[in-house]
Amino acid sequence: MWLLEIDDLSVSIGSKQVLKNFNLRISRGETHALFGPNGTGKTTLLNVIAGIPRYTIDGGRIVFKGEDITHMSMDERARLGIGMAFQRPPAIRGLRLKDLIKIINPKADATAILRKMDFEAFADRDVNRGFSGGEVKRSEMVQLLAQQPDFVMLDEPDSGVDLENIKLIGEAINTLTQKDLRPSQRTKSGVIITHFGHILDYMKADRAHVMLGGSIVCSGNPGEILEQIKRSGYEGCVGCTCPV
Amino acid sequence: MHVSGIEDKARKARDKKAVYGTDVDLESYESEAKPQETFDNAEDLPSVVKKAALDVGVKLDSESSGAYVQMDQTAVVAKSLYEGVEIMDMASALEKYDNLQDYWWKLVSPDADKYTADVAAAPPAGYFIRAKKGMKTVFPVKSCLYLGSSDLNQRVHNVIIAEEGSELHIITGCTTPAHVQRGLHIGVSEFFIQKDAKVSFTMVHSWGKEVEVRPRTGITIAEGGSLSNNYILLKPVKTLQTFPTATLAGRGAVASFNTVIYSTMGNIDVGSNVLLNAPDTSAESISRVVCVGGEVIARGRMTGRVPGARAHLECVGLLLSDKGRIYSIPELDGQCRDLDMSHEAAVGRISEEELEYLMSRGLNSEQATSVIVRGFLDVEIKGLPEELKQEIKNITQREDLKGAP
Repeated sequence: MWLLEIDDLSVSIGSKQVLKNFNLRISRGETHALFGPNGTGKTTLLNVIAGIPRYTIDGGRIVFKGEDITHMSMDERARLGIGMAFQRPPAIRGLRLKDLIKIINPKADATAILRKMDFEAFADRDVNRGFSGGEVKRSEMVQLLAQQPDFVMLDEPDSGVDLENIKLIGEAINTLTQKDLRPSQRTKSGVIITHFGHILDYMKADRAHVMLGGSIVCSGNPGEILEQIKRSGYEGCVGCTCPV
Repeated sequence: MHVSGIEDKARKARDKKAVYGTDVDLESYESEAKPQETFDNAEDLPSVVKKAALDVGVKLDSESSGAYVQMDQTAVVAKSLYEGVEIMDMASALEKYDNLQDYWWKLVSPDADKYTADVAAAPPAGYFIRAKKGMKTVFPVKSCLYLGSSDLNQRVHNVIIAEEGSELHIITGCTTPAHVQRGLHIGVSEFFIQKDAKVSFTMVHSWGKEVEVRPRTGITIAEGGSLSNNYILLKPVKTLQTFPTATLAGRGAVASFNTVIYSTMGNIDVGSNVLLNAPDTSAESISRVVCVGGEVIARGRMTGRVPGARAHLECVGLLLSDKGRIYSIPELDGQCRDLDMSHEAAVGRISEEELEYLMSRGLNSEQATSVIVRGFLDVEIKGLPEELKQEIKNITQREDLKGAP
């Protein structure tokens, strides 16, 4: 059974169409990577799945756990099991990270989560306030580890992060997507946007897609696709023989 | 000033309207209050008073340097628990210290307006707190001004003296019980912060929907002295106007004002006025206003008069309803070269981005709004003992502070 099904989804911002008849299916236990140049609709796709309201859905639907969530509010989607690591999240003045962890999940072991991300020193800091690029990414992972979503979306979790912390973030993504379990036992899924694929050295992705002009033009094995992009650029994906 | 001089000035200013705030008809309030029973210790107070004090952050226990509680016009408790701090009711202090000639009406003028005139004409009530030279206290002096009778004009005149090298923390809660439908509170306070003394003054107000409030405050800070003044108003009030004036009179004096307002109704006109009159002085004024109803005027005025003075004003407001208004008025008045004065003012709404961010973590719109509002009101206050900091946090983080209904 599919965890996430996106059928013929068309989305616009203002008068500009960003996603065109977009289709994607992700099974339980699978993690997918999304590649593509800037402005091709990757972040929009994640935002629309999360339910950020600034987009117009022109057609199609999003089904999660068998339920049509196309017009569901953000918080309902979150409670249904969708989580997202933002690329550039806002800072929240006066809200301490450790308090947010408790709000997200009163049962979460804040100390253990913070320790896992080597982030204990930020427990009493206002969420994302004055954080460096890499610290913001760790803050996002801390919150997701508390939230424990069934489907996690990661928008460039490796941008602006040094090597040591890329490893830490990769491990957290593996935890969130249950890569410590045998494939048949995994129930949690994810999708990750990455530009250079560095993070893929530290986490496991099962499948990858290349997006161009608001649709998927190529899908397949993450390693092979990344190779192809490195060899002949994104344009090379257009006419490729990979099965979509 | 001679006692007769004070009376004379008060008489002449009887009808003088205040510069700011709506005009209050003093005649419509009772000026005589029934005397209240007095107590030796704060612990012996009626539980209703103790609970009211607790609601405004004043825990009347032994963890303090002393306590002053005034019910209507009677000082029911005035007691020091620490030899370095003297606490008396004003009538006794005037008697003991020869009418407090160097302090009484020296920083606030009896003829400033009809309210100061009214206090000057009334029998003295209020607290006298003096931190003796070099005495440093960590536990705060706790005081509660309780307006317990309907239609009363409660008048208070306080004098606070922090002598050279002392450290003094005061928390004052001003409150009315729910049964008081209507009332007026006029409070004159004069602060003398002497050389190298350090004072924190935290005031929490919780009034009724038909209560009018007119504090009148004057502060002078000598060389090396500092003041951290914190004002918190989160409960409804009919009208309130206050504009404390601090004069940084000696080299290196520092003043910081923090104001936290959550308005649901009424007319609230608050601010601070700082005169930087000496070299190396610095002042900061931060106000955070959340308005879901009513009108809030947030003022701040800094006047730099000597080179090297530094001043910063910050008035930030969240306006969350069409029924409210926030009028932010930051003023900087530079009167010489080499000043460093700045201000930052903003009135706006809750950021969509922050709201969406929290909702993506599963908080509904109302919870997310409330978290953002409470975070906004959580002003970082420096120079307070940990316990007092926690007390303020508890007050500003109450669950019922929300967005517009």
